[in-house]
Amino acid sequence: MKDRFLKKVLVIGSGPIVIGQAAEFDYAGVQACRALREENIEIVLVNSNPATIMTDEEIANKVYIEPLNADSLTQIIKKERPQGLIATLGGQTALNLACELDKLGVLKEYKVKILGTDIEAIKSAEDRELFKNLMQKLDIPTPQSEIVSNYEDAYKFYKKIGFPIIIRPAFTLGGSGGGIARTEQELEQIVSIGLKQSPISQVLVEKSIAGYKEIEFEIIRDANDTALSICNMENIDPIGIHTGDSFVVAPCQTLIDSEIQMLRNKAVKIVRALKIEGSCNVQFALDTMSDKYYIIEVNPRVSRSSALASKATGYPIAKVATKIAIGYNLQEIKNSINNKNYAYEPNIDYVVVKIPRWPFDKFSTGDRILGTKMKATGEIMAIGRTFVSAFKKAIVSLEQKDTGLLNRGFNELTNDELLQELYIQDDRRIFRLAQALNNGNDINKLCAITKINRWFIEKINEIVLMEQELIKSPLDRELYLRAKEFGFLDEEISTLSQNSIETLRDFKIDADFRLVDTCAGLYDAGIPYFYSTYNEVDEAVDFKEKTASESKKPKENIIVLGSGPIRIGQGIEFDYCSVHAAWQLNKNGYESVMINSNPETLSTDYDVATRLYFEPLHIEYIMNVIKKEKPKGVLVQFGGQSAINLASKLEGEGVKILGTSLNSINTAEDRKAFEKLLKDLDIAQPKGCAVTTTTAALNAVKEIGYPVLVRPSYVIGGRGMQVVYNDEELLTYIEEAFKFSNGHPVLIDQYLEGQEVELDLISDGKNILIPGICEHIERAGIHSGDSMSIYPSQNISRKNEKIIVKYASKIAKKLNIKGLANIQFIIKDDKVYVIEVNPRASRTVPIMSKVTGIPMVNIALDAILGKSIKRAGFGVGLYKKSDLISVKMPIFSWQKLNRIDPALAPEMKSTGEVLGVDTDYKKALYKAFLAGGYKFSKSKQRVLVSLNDHYKKPALPMLKRLFKQGFFIMATWGTHKFLEKNGIPSKMIEKFMIDKLQKRMKDGRLSFIINTPTLGKNSQHAGFEIRTIAQMYNIATFSSIDTASAYLSAYKVFDRNTSLEYDTITNYRKKKTFKMFK
Amino acid sequence: MGTLILQDGSVFKGKTFGALGGYEGEIVFNTSPFGYQKILSDPSYFKQIVVFANPEMGNCAINDADFESENTDLVGVVIKNYCNSASHYRSRESLADFLRKKGVVGLCDIDTRTLVKKITQVGTMNAFITSNNVNDEFIKEKLAQIQSFKFPSDTLAQVSTANRYILNPQGKINAAIIDYGVKKSYLNALIKRNCKLTVYPSEVNSKEILDNNFDALFLSNGPGNPNEYVFQVSQIKNLMGKLPIFGVGLGFNILALAAGAAVDKMKFGHRSSSIGVINLENNKIYMTCQNHQWTIDSDNLTNIMRPTYKNLDDNTIEGFEISSLAIYAVQFEPYANPGSEDCGFIFDEWMNIIKKDIEKINGVKNER
Repeated sequence: MKDRFLKKVLVIGSGPIVIGQAAEFDYAGVQACRALREENIEIVLVNSNPATIMTDEEIANKVYIEPLNADSLTQIIKKERPQGLIATLGGQTALNLACELDKLGVLKEYKVKILGTDIEAIKSAEDRELFKNLMQKLDIPTPQSEIVSNYEDAYKFYKKIGFPIIIRPAFTLGGSGGGIARTEQELEQIVSIGLKQSPISQVLVEKSIAGYKEIEFEIIRDANDTALSICNMENIDPIGIHTGDSFVVAPCQTLIDSEIQMLRNKAVKIVRALKIEGSCNVQFALDTMSDKYYIIEVNPRVSRSSALASKATGYPIAKVATKIAIGYNLQEIKNSINNKNYAYEPNIDYVVVKIPRWPFDKFSTGDRILGTKMKATGEIMAIGRTFVSAFKKAIVSLEQKDTGLLNRGFNELTNDELLQELYIQDDRRIFRLAQALNNGNDINKLCAITKINRWFIEKINEIVLMEQELIKSPLDRELYLRAKEFGFLDEEISTLSQNSIETLRDFKIDADFRLVDTCAGLYDAGIPYFYSTYNEVDEAVDFKEKTASESKKPKENIIVLGSGPIRIGQGIEFDYCSVHAAWQLNKNGYESVMINSNPETLSTDYDVATRLYFEPLHIEYIMNVIKKEKPKGVLVQFGGQSAINLASKLEGEGVKILGTSLNSINTAEDRKAFEKLLKDLDIAQPKGCAVTTTTAALNAVKEIGYPVLVRPSYVIGGRGMQVVYNDEELLTYIEEAFKFSNGHPVLIDQYLEGQEVELDLISDGKNILIPGICEHIERAGIHSGDSMSIYPSQNISRKNEKIIVKYASKIAKKLNIKGLANIQFIIKDDKVYVIEVNPRASRTVPIMSKVTGIPMVNIALDAILGKSIKRAGFGVGLYKKSDLISVKMPIFSWQKLNRIDPALAPEMKSTGEVLGVDTDYKKALYKAFLAGGYKFSKSKQRVLVSLNDHYKKPALPMLKRLFKQGFFIMATWGTHKFLEKNGIPSKMIEKFMIDKLQKRMKDGRLSFIINTPTLGKNSQHAGFEIRTIAQMYNIATFSSIDTASAYLSAYKVFDRNTSLEYDTITNYRKKKTFKMFK
Repeated sequence: MGTLILQDGSVFKGKTFGALGGYEGEIVFNTSPFGYQKILSDPSYFKQIVVFANPEMGNCAINDADFESENTDLVGVVIKNYCNSASHYRSRESLADFLRKKGVVGLCDIDTRTLVKKITQVGTMNAFITSNNVNDEFIKEKLAQIQSFKFPSDTLAQVSTANRYILNPQGKINAAIIDYGVKKSYLNALIKRNCKLTVYPSEVNSKEILDNNFDALFLSNGPGNPNEYVFQVSQIKNLMGKLPIFGVGLGFNILALAAGAAVDKMKFGHRSSSIGVINLENNKIYMTCQNHQWTIDSDNLTNIMRPTYKNLDDNTIEGFEISSLAIYAVQFEPYANPGSEDCGFIFDEWMNIIKKDIEKINGVKNER
């Protein structure tokens, strides 16, 4: 039964989105909060990530957008006095924090009970030594391993075992800092990095069992000792590749019952021994030739895998885990839709495939080799009645240029070359494998090379053979239907078989939708969760009609397009927008229909929208849904670039786009039209033009003058964008830009190095509402997603503010914006230029909604549906400021991605963000850096400074402060000379003695680095080398002098021993501080 | 192209992948994602056509270790997707080859979800499965024919051993088991717990069992309609109170009938590897392997029967005991296969009951 003494519960979020900790924790957190609300428990929520839905004031009662550290949480606990704390829903971050608070005695002092799985259990699962001991006690084999806290011991282990050796640091997320060592040099490097990254300086060195099957179980247990296996999953990639980077299938496909039961029993045994109260993920390695197995890992919390398992089965793990945490037993927890209790193991009658989404399309220099360290930023899931159809659908869901398995460049290799490359374990291995199958290689040979189970290779071969058949055989209805059952797209079938799309349509074969019901059809679950298939009975229309007949008034429906997998440039913020759009549709009396492919998100929870279609964001799949749903229209402005890019195709199919018209969308995206628009409105813009050839580009630059910004059109997050200073650089970049542009022209703009400003607005076509104006800390030239940004703007004159509002209003009116738009400006020499208009929800919408209290998506949606924005009660024009000041800080995942240059550029690189909030700018800034994980220390260390000529002079004030604040400057030759000339002492170091520097970093004798990159994409360059090594050792590297300057300001707050106060976002907005001087 | 004809007139056509021929039977479905080999060789599926809700089948082919009996008593297998290129180190022959050898018709490329939904709506039906693509006339004819399909009167004889045999002769507990179509896992679970097992054919009479002074009697799982097994029920009646009796599956139903309860046909039964039951004494929940069509009518329990387990989903009685007569039975299969072995402890509990009973008897003997 529910613990009746629980009135107030503290929920800790997972902080910014980083590789290994993405939207799944927002999904889990929101589910948890909703579960607590059902029980009338007051929720105090702390999370530094403002893009999340959980930090909405309608989700939790008290929302603290504050840094996640012991100080902030202690103060919040002191103030709020919650009776309980849920730590198992905020990923590794929340788990580690809870352990820290426990250790500090805070929980005991304030009588805060850890709800659900207790600290001891968490420690036994997380601490390598305790875990090993427990497994020994339970007689569960672990791979031969040793826990070491120095390199010497790791070396001894290697001498005993031999290579390869896996290194896993304790208490880190996503295998951060780990890896496989095959040489002594690698061993030394990985162990030293691992020790540095582990908060307890402990790593596990382990015999590699690469090649074993990797099997996962999601187990849920309650205090009554009921333990259920919710889902089992098999990694298509065998052990050796992080499960977050593996293709995964659910349920397991190549295991026999006795193997499954053996592992299930062990998983249950572990979960019982740990006394887990909630959910737990258990990972095993299973031999392919015997029933020998090892336990790999136990995660005593909800995880990425549990999000996947929830979506794969329809069983809401986070919700159930929360109810268990507050005292319920499984049979007491009921599904609100069908009133069934949750004491069951789901059975499914379909196959689920998950594929990770990697950022290598953006980071072309990045190390694509996959290993024990996760590199994917997000993932997609696809559901099919068969493995083949799910797999095929999953590939489409990746939203890449190619939708098929073949002809991804590997067809240009000779077969020998291809087979050689097949040994490479990177993100493209499946496509190489498919090509190798297409070449007719022996399957046994391919099994031997890839270590992928034969069953999967055979299935991929089925797809390859179908492709061959489509090329060779005449297309008749039977073949077409089979190809559709396999998951082939019409456009693929059309190309392969040389038939027009119209011919295919003449076959009159429609997709059928089936229900995800958790019970394999056993009973009518009533869950509104669908996926498409072919040649079966459709259940969607019946379902829809049944709900319609139950409600008195039949409702119209509207489709919301989600944003697909989390990738750099398109993150959780668009899920925030999609979810709110769905909710607001319901409030307006419509049925909301969600289409999305991302299992980590809240939008793909079946009780968010009226109906959920788990499908790729591809025009064909969307049209399938539209045929069944017959919606009033489609909303494309909330799902980021993925959704908006579908607008023209949808309109081409005769579908109504709600909100801003396609014409206006195109005007904003099309170079020429946009240029003309601004000209007509008499708004200044950087000079620029669109080109389709290299010659045209060179000619264009002659007119514009260097520096110029080169960027492809219609891309996410500034992909392929770069500032270019001369012809040579231009020639290097332009090719890449053409490739990214995918047929669209490449844009060349004058580069204005001024103050960058941006705003989001809501428009109903007549009036606009601007919640606020943000200014960037870094000067223009750095992608807005990677810039620190301040709200409200601190340095813009009243005059320019007025001009900005005027421009925004003009543009919105002219484009007849209905809903949201984002406009970016540059102020240079006191003149305002408009550089970009995005006629859709932007990254900053959740932030602006929270800091201003204006529910932007709701108002935008009302406007789209025809309501005046005046009715929202926030007035029109620029909304008034409160005393709240926020600083947004981008967060990067460098540690996960080797060989990515951390230097900021016009191309976006960050994976997430945090927000520092206060009523004092400096404190907000300090909080942002704290939340971003930047270190502050009383003992001042060395700072390495190396500036290119372009930035030396502008950096002078910052360098003076650096010295004044007590840092010891080490500088490279040119910078040293410059400092000397300006009377700032520094020690000259040889032009990047990398080994020496690396040693300093390893020993923690280097505080941070200020290094403006020399332009040129020369990966061999010493600067690049230093920056990437610094990232591995988690040493802050500032490539913009503006960020460095902001960091120094924050440092000043720290040096003054300023105590920080923490408050809810609601209170910050209300606060009126008494100001003597204004 | 093969055909499946259901009693309600619906027809499903699919590809043939098993034996050639046509069979009448009862159509049922199983939602277990694993263990098809164990299901195929479970005698309780006698004369049934089994629809698998799990769409990918044949992935691990057939191996030597996973047979639940020597026979394959079901007549048809209906699935969504058949995988011919199986991959498992233990696999010996493909599922299709196995079915062909065993004379079981297999249909694939069937919309099994629709079929499962139909069975849940209409209930378990009579059906005809054939490897032929038959015409409407044939269908009409068959449809009339299958309306009157019944399990043969010698159903138990067909799945039971013909002769008594002994397993694990060194076992400490001298137990008898009546084979109504027993699964190997059942026998193994008892052998593992140190039973010497005398396995009797289903036609055994009570006297033979009484004459042999067994420590306990186990009744096995099995197929068919328990209400028709009048002889078996009457024999068990004679044995009640004479020695501890334990029943599983059909054995549970036969014990219930012997104890005077009524046994009813469920709409579509329980068939899966993870069906939740709750222990009514301590509220513990277990996942169980089940395969049964019949259940005790909970309104007609005799006073002495105490329910011990209930189904979490539909509240049907999954276990009962008559402790005064040392009768214990569960409707589910604690020996699993396929499925979770959560309930293996039930055998341990039963062994303890037997041991206590033996001690008591010895005590009485000593007193004398």
